[in-house]
Amino acid sequence: MRRRRNLVIGALLCVLFIAAALVSFVWTPFDVISLDIANKLKTPGGEHWFGTDHFGRDILSMIMVGARTSIAVALVAVGIGMVLGVPLGLFAAASRGTLLDELIMRGNDLIFAFPALLIAILITAVLGPSAVNAIIAIGIFNIPVFARLTRAAALSLWERDYILSARVAGKSKLRISAEHILPNLLNLLIVQGTIQFSLGVLAEAGLSYVGLGAQPPTPSWGRMLAESQTMFSFAPHLAIFPGLAIVFTVLGLNLFGDGLRDYFDPRLRHNRHDETPEAIVNDERVS
Amino acid sequence: MIRYLARRLLSLALTLLVASVVIFLIIEVVPGDTASLMLGVNADEETRLALREELGLDVSKPVRYFNWVSGMLTGDFGISYTYRTPVSEMIADRMMVSFPLALYALALSTLIAFPAGIIAATKRGSFSDVSIMGVTQLGVAIPNFWFAMILVTIFAIKLRWFSAGGFPGWEVGFFAGLKSLTLPAFALALPQASILARVMRSSLLDTLGEDFIRTARAKGLSARQALWGHALRNALIPVLTIIGLQFSFLLAGAIIIENIFFLPGLGRMIFQAITQRDLIVVESVVMLLVFAVVAVTFLVDVAYAVVDPRLRRRV
Repeated sequence: MRRRRNLVIGALLCVLFIAAALVSFVWTPFDVISLDIANKLKTPGGEHWFGTDHFGRDILSMIMVGARTSIAVALVAVGIGMVLGVPLGLFAAASRGTLLDELIMRGNDLIFAFPALLIAILITAVLGPSAVNAIIAIGIFNIPVFARLTRAAALSLWERDYILSARVAGKSKLRISAEHILPNLLNLLIVQGTIQFSLGVLAEAGLSYVGLGAQPPTPSWGRMLAESQTMFSFAPHLAIFPGLAIVFTVLGLNLFGDGLRDYFDPRLRHNRHDETPEAIVNDERVS
Repeated sequence: MIRYLARRLLSLALTLLVASVVIFLIIEVVPGDTASLMLGVNADEETRLALREELGLDVSKPVRYFNWVSGMLTGDFGISYTYRTPVSEMIADRMMVSFPLALYALALSTLIAFPAGIIAATKRGSFSDVSIMGVTQLGVAIPNFWFAMILVTIFAIKLRWFSAGGFPGWEVGFFAGLKSLTLPAFALALPQASILARVMRSSLLDTLGEDFIRTARAKGLSARQALWGHALRNALIPVLTIIGLQFSFLLAGAIIIENIFFLPGLGRMIFQAITQRDLIVVESVVMLLVFAVVAVTFLVDVAYAVVDPRLRRRV
């Protein structure tokens, strides 16, 4: 019951932020680019539900457009990780024990050896700060996550009888990987994708906070926090709302991911408890 | 065991070798000439060439790579382009902040996570368990730089218990130094403690369900005795792995936090070096941090293999 509750709360929070991002394409309460100095630093209430910043821009509108940036960066970064990581994991599993498998896995270890945030900062510093470079930086670290997960899960599938019968039927390893292994991994990949998505939102916020993410005038939650830092003591609303937006989005995605994991794997519902230490490590390693 | 060690050492050396090539290549992509950037637009060609020679930039890239790696192996990390001091001295100085900060954060994270994880596991399903798990979910979701801003506002600006940033140096006194690292350490520890508490809980639940605990209880041990005497020790194995991983993460992951609190640590140094294009510092610090991660992983693996001989066959 508790798990179903996680799934529902998580889904509601995710829907809320995705809806805010989508609505912002056609409508926001105020224009997020034009300045309105007469109305600067208004406290929450009245016309401006979340108040205004030091340029008089509406915080709620900026959070709505900022959701767009966060979701876009994190989503594409997860996409990069999946599109490159999953085939690598499938190849490695299909050619278990060969040089190719060894090469792929050592390559993964290599990426894991780099402290993620540090390299993200390095990449954006070399390529120049922008949302696209933030996507590349975050995406690279998603590749080994998906490659490892896919390989580990695919290896256990290769032992199954129905795979053996497919091989006896003369199907190639490539075809078996695509037709039999991959469809059975989808649940697992969706769950991991949700969790990487939440880590991507956090990473994007961190990069924008240090000025290496989306550039002005595109609103982003991390940069809103950075800009509010010097005014936090007399205008706390500038930092509280974007901060809460990040917390609730990440919380929503994590709860949704956990809930989905239990929903897809009924065995877990009757298990002694909900998660294994290894699962937690896999989830959080690149945070 | 010796064969296992040799194979692991070889793979460690290979990882470091490839990592050094990757780091060198990433840095070499940076456009522009470092010497012209340092001297400004009005510098004459002769001065520029002299500076290039002084910085060791006048040789080909493979030679520069070789010089860099062989220098590092002998503890010579080169001379900072910006400060004109040996990079190794700068790193040693900054480590005096980053290393204690990482240790402090790790200690806090462990002190918070252990009791929380143990209570949650032993009182599974109770109000305490649900609340602790709820707090850990929040802890993972809160960005540590936002948490740092809140800590500064409450404890430095409103209550004035701590300073909002800066580091007085260890020569002022151990406690003064420690005090200035307290807020940053808490900000760093929050997500780590949340992860660790969850691992502790789930590992302890796994162990408490094992047959040997049932045997211990059947022998007449109380639940408390079985927990402290048998379960906890066995549950610690995955927890220690995470602590190992977290230490290297904390050492490298403090970049943003060190910037918020103006701490003169490695993270802040690398950030400044990137903006000042002090590439030799960037290369060397990144390499050092990669070494820290790889070395910690290696030590954890070896410690496992010592404890559990079955793992030696799995490389």
